[in-house]
Amino acid sequence: VKRHLLSMNDCDRQDILTILDTAETMHDVQRREVKKLPTLRGRTVVNMFFEDSTRTRSSFEIAGKWLSADVINISGKGSSTSKGESLRDTVRTVAAMGVDGFVIRHNASGAAQQVSEWVDAVVINAGDGLHEHPTQALLDAYSMRRRLGDLEGLQIAMVGDLTHSRVFRSNLICLKTLGAKVTVVAPPTLMPAGVDTWARTEGFETSYDLDAVLPTMDAVMMLRVQRERMSGGFFPTEREYTVGYGLTRERLRALQKHTVICHPGPMNRGLEIAADAADAAQSLVLDQVSAGVAVRMSVLYHLFAGEGSLS
Amino acid sequence: MSSGDVSRALRRVAHEILERNKGSEDLVVLGIPTRGVALAHRLVEVMAEVEGRDVPSGALDITMHRDDLRRNPIRAIEHTVIPAPGIDDKTVVLVDDVLFSGRTVRAAMDALSELGRPRAVRLAVLVDRGHRDLPIRADYVGKNLPTSRSERVRVCLAEHDGLDEVRISGGDR
Repeated sequence: VKRHLLSMNDCDRQDILTILDTAETMHDVQRREVKKLPTLRGRTVVNMFFEDSTRTRSSFEIAGKWLSADVINISGKGSSTSKGESLRDTVRTVAAMGVDGFVIRHNASGAAQQVSEWVDAVVINAGDGLHEHPTQALLDAYSMRRRLGDLEGLQIAMVGDLTHSRVFRSNLICLKTLGAKVTVVAPPTLMPAGVDTWARTEGFETSYDLDAVLPTMDAVMMLRVQRERMSGGFFPTEREYTVGYGLTRERLRALQKHTVICHPGPMNRGLEIAADAADAAQSLVLDQVSAGVAVRMSVLYHLFAGEGSLS
Repeated sequence: MSSGDVSRALRRVAHEILERNKGSEDLVVLGIPTRGVALAHRLVEVMAEVEGRDVPSGALDITMHRDDLRRNPIRAIEHTVIPAPGIDDKTVVLVDDVLFSGRTVRAAMDALSELGRPRAVRLAVLVDRGHRDLPIRADYVGKNLPTSRSERVRVCLAEHDGLDEVRISGGDR
């Protein structure tokens, strides 16, 4: 594990496994009556969220608090950025107060990387534009591993709005590093540009036919249709999207018994995922949320507990 | 200490624990990873032989409670396993291989307080090598081993290292 967590490329296979193993023990702590560990006592972590978020922000906050770190939340609205202060000035101002780390979400790709160059503190990327969201990929891997065992060699499909999805990009790197066989499925308009070259060099499959892919999968990850990033024209109607690429009740039946369903949330029920699929026994949606805290505790532990750079 | 010495010392400690506790009633034996866990299992085996009933045992990881986390590279975290009846109102015997500064035991007592409220906490160690930094003392000691601070005490156990052995190495001599 490197000093910052900006991209899943910062983690090799061993790093990922270490983080997931530590998360297992953190999960045990989550079930205790007293959930507080003294590990990060005296450390201050700032959550800076320049985009809306419920689960990522609150799970980072809970994770930090359960490890006894002091957690401060700063959101885009209501901070000096709304008075026109630049991101650089804002983070350097907060860093000057002596904080140990930043958890950053920003709508610009590469924002976390930029911030890590401006401050001495540890920086964790909690989602930057269309680029990456590494802790989401780690918690997805964690949830799937708990249900399916080792991910090496498993068939995993990622379906939906790939162009706008940072979850997809982080998950792709993470799952490839863990040795899973990844297939990505999307309507042609929502496939990232140049995906074929990318697929060849990275070694994953692409498909435009969800029905052909589903029966052989061990896990299916549905991605959210990001209405807020779509200025129209990606698909004719929502109905048409659901018919072609939604996990409908009929498609749920086409899955194998052991196949699990993931969704990073928030879900558009009835659009990319039917209520039956979201609430099915095979669905990991709530597991993913509860894993979020354990995995983020693990990440905070590995980045903050020791002195400086790690083994 | 040879393999025979280790097993004799452990048998004696197991008997002492039972004697002091007046049987195995309300006893929970928790090993501190890594080698303490193996020792705890062996103690419990002897107790089961003597008492004819199983004594609950488990493991207590103390990594998150260490006071030297910041001075060292990150350590992997081991699992904490608390036997089903819990530790409330029980007599908990902590087991570790070597008692040195006492800092591990302090961390273990902090970790315990988060899991419940034992009636009493006792400490059993295979080797007490002296040089305490904290006001902590073992209730049950396999062997007192006078050492100098610069020496290293290495405990090998069949479960981890293939054989039972305790040896002192290094030092100024």
